[in-house]
Amino acid sequence: MSLDYSRELPLVEGNPSLRDIDIIVTRPIDEKPNKRFFIAITITSTVMLIGFFFIALTFYYGIGMWGNNQPVGWGFGITNFVFWIGIGHAGTLISAILFLLRQRWRTGIARFAEAMTIFAVMTAGIFPVIHTGRPWLAGYLIPYPNQHGLWVNFISPLVWDVFAVSTYLTVSLVFWYVGLVPDFATLRDRTVSKVKKTIYSVFSLGWRFSNRHWQNYEKAYMILAGLSTPLVLSVHTIVSFDFATAVLPGWHTTIFPPYFVAGAVFSGFAMVSTVLIIIRKVHGIEHIITANHLEKMNKIILVTGSMVGYAYSMEFFIAWYSGSNIEQFVFINRAFGPYAWAYWTMVSCNVFFPQLLWFKKIRTNIKATFILVLLVNVGMWFERYVIIVTSLHRDFLPSSWGMFTPTITDFGILFGSFGLFFTLTLLFTRALPVVSLSEVKAVVDGAQPAHHHGHAEAQPVMGGVSHE
Amino acid sequence: MSNEKKLYGAAALFNTPDEIIHAAKSTADAGYKNFDVNTPYPLHGMDRAMKLKPTKLGFVTLFMGFSGTAFILLFMGWAMAVNYPMIIGGKPFFSLPAFIPITFEVTVLLGALSTVFGMISVFFFLPHNNHPLHDTNYMKSVSSDRYGLVIEAADENFDEVNIVDYLKSLGAAEVELVYYPEEEKFQVLQPKFIVFLVALAITISVMTYITLNVVVYKEPYNWMEYQEKASAQKPSLFFADNYGMRKPVYGTVARGYMPYPYMGQTDPKVVLVNPSLPTTENLALGQKKYLTYCSPCHGNYADGDSHLRGQFPNPPTLHSTRVREWPDGRIYHVITNGQNAMPSYAMQVTRDERWAIINYIRVLQRAKNATEADIAVIKGNSGNTKESTQNGKK
Repeated sequence: MSLDYSRELPLVEGNPSLRDIDIIVTRPIDEKPNKRFFIAITITSTVMLIGFFFIALTFYYGIGMWGNNQPVGWGFGITNFVFWIGIGHAGTLISAILFLLRQRWRTGIARFAEAMTIFAVMTAGIFPVIHTGRPWLAGYLIPYPNQHGLWVNFISPLVWDVFAVSTYLTVSLVFWYVGLVPDFATLRDRTVSKVKKTIYSVFSLGWRFSNRHWQNYEKAYMILAGLSTPLVLSVHTIVSFDFATAVLPGWHTTIFPPYFVAGAVFSGFAMVSTVLIIIRKVHGIEHIITANHLEKMNKIILVTGSMVGYAYSMEFFIAWYSGSNIEQFVFINRAFGPYAWAYWTMVSCNVFFPQLLWFKKIRTNIKATFILVLLVNVGMWFERYVIIVTSLHRDFLPSSWGMFTPTITDFGILFGSFGLFFTLTLLFTRALPVVSLSEVKAVVDGAQPAHHHGHAEAQPVMGGVSHE
Repeated sequence: MSNEKKLYGAAALFNTPDEIIHAAKSTADAGYKNFDVNTPYPLHGMDRAMKLKPTKLGFVTLFMGFSGTAFILLFMGWAMAVNYPMIIGGKPFFSLPAFIPITFEVTVLLGALSTVFGMISVFFFLPHNNHPLHDTNYMKSVSSDRYGLVIEAADENFDEVNIVDYLKSLGAAEVELVYYPEEEKFQVLQPKFIVFLVALAITISVMTYITLNVVVYKEPYNWMEYQEKASAQKPSLFFADNYGMRKPVYGTVARGYMPYPYMGQTDPKVVLVNPSLPTTENLALGQKKYLTYCSPCHGNYADGDSHLRGQFPNPPTLHSTRVREWPDGRIYHVITNGQNAMPSYAMQVTRDERWAIINYIRVLQRAKNATEADIAVIKGNSGNTKESTQNGKK
């Protein structure tokens, strides 16, 4: 595939008519699922149920079922939490930041990435709650007037987390729903089933495609994008505060917020690519989610992967430059201690292998991309594992040194979290349009008035279409 | 559509974006106010063609966002500095930098939610599923691939006879007159709805009651209330003898309970030496313990003049020559071991307290049998009790 960078590629290949787009995108919703879908959902829901089984064990016997113990009190639970929250960030980046940057190619993948954001944050939210041991008391995390006369500690990073993650989930959900309203209206008018029509009518809120509405709608979309952009940066920043505000060598570093955000975008894009490569094949929407999309996402993976690599090296530099023996010990121990295997897995998956994306041949090869993004997923999980376990396992007193040994319950819940995420993703692809109809229609060739000049006034349009 | 229904307006369908822009522009120029354009996606330049004013939605976000900022800052300040002030990490009660993350999140949350809810309910009056345009051929076309213009009958320029020709002249491919029935009125408090509300209230109440009064006392929700642990006063199946309380290892000595070596001897040949110096604190302790444990029999001043005087056997005075000549260790032996009718006080007073009592008894003895020299000491430098007691001991 040769790319001419002097002109933009068509965003939708094959130049389908608007009606064709409806047909292509709604096909998975209207038709009966095929065998492949049933096999896939059987596998993912089985995995999910295995996870639920181990969560039930944890509820019944307590988190003594996990490998967490002194000195490593944060094991898989927090690793998985940070991992899944990070996955979510790509969705908001695509739907909000790329929107503000007028990246028109985002339209094809935005809906899907936003859905993944929501599922990933939901999956992530499970972990801190089950880590409390008594999840039915999670209501105490919310400040409400209670008989104890107590409030939550508003200056604790863990409470910041509660606010950040719940705000993030709510705003992402609202953003996603706002984008879905016109598509629900299209589905409502297409369907012949009475039950479906009732459901779609309720969710479409009686949307009429009125331009008087579109005008406000586009404004609202831009406002939400503008609010989501700092929000998404704040979420992983606050997650990194959980570590950075602790006076623990290996955690207590000011580089953590930008480092975590870059890592989150990195891992999120890798996960979006992983899933999109499968979904576009399964649902036959390769001309809407094109190889061009994947190549652009690969570029972002390359950039953020290099940022993460920079952060890794800067951590070591600062450890040396600080002159603090304890800090230096932690980092040398991280790279050459008993967890060196985890550290070098992380570095090779996150820094070395993604450098292959400098080559256009690899970047545009879908099979190679798929392998690379899988490696990035693995590497980013290990990043959180390395940060948590290697910083904790050798306490200040050598008498308090120990190793972290995960149990089968730990692995079961980690495994199950993937099951939950992919089950939700699969159900989403059957229940809702995986591509935003109204946004994609707006970027098809010839979809916008040809005689229109002077964009300055009418710029905030979805996808920021312009025809020079 | 029957003629009994009211006319909503005339709806025209166009095939290309250019045509609809042109049509909207002409309609607006012709002076129509109550008209609308329906397109499957927002068209560039349509706002200008329709002569729409800029939206005011941004002000909702701005106002509600800043309301969120103000509310949460005041609330956190009140909760942390006024309602329940606690020193956490040495930070001030009103710790602005530490309030920033939550302030930011609440600002974004309120800004985003109010924008969306404000837009949907206040700006659009949605949900509105019984709008006349719904379920028309017109709506089914504009929701997919065509562009529509609708002029409402409510417009003052609307002319039922010429409107179709007017729209055709703009290049419309199809024109449809849209009618709607008299608006249906729904009574809010229908019997069915009231029954539903009552049923809902009962269900929620019962579920809440069961949750709070039954479920939370069941396994595993009652953890920490009932724990599998050894309780000293309860049987335990964990140990072979079924006792929760464990016997200490043979020969264990509790801290402060070193066994007394001359226990049971009536007149020991060897006695311990007093390790305590009669300092002010030590004497105060000795006085306190003497008045608690010794004075009921021996009297407040060790004269043996308590309530028990006259009963058999009479508690002895401690001012006798025999007692005054006893070494401290001999008195210690009596307190620890008991003597005649006097039981052991080892369980009541600790070793240090016994020595303090003895020091105090020495003070009483010296006061009762003061010499001229003692009086001179008191008169000469009154208050130097430490020196005088030490002298008396010798």
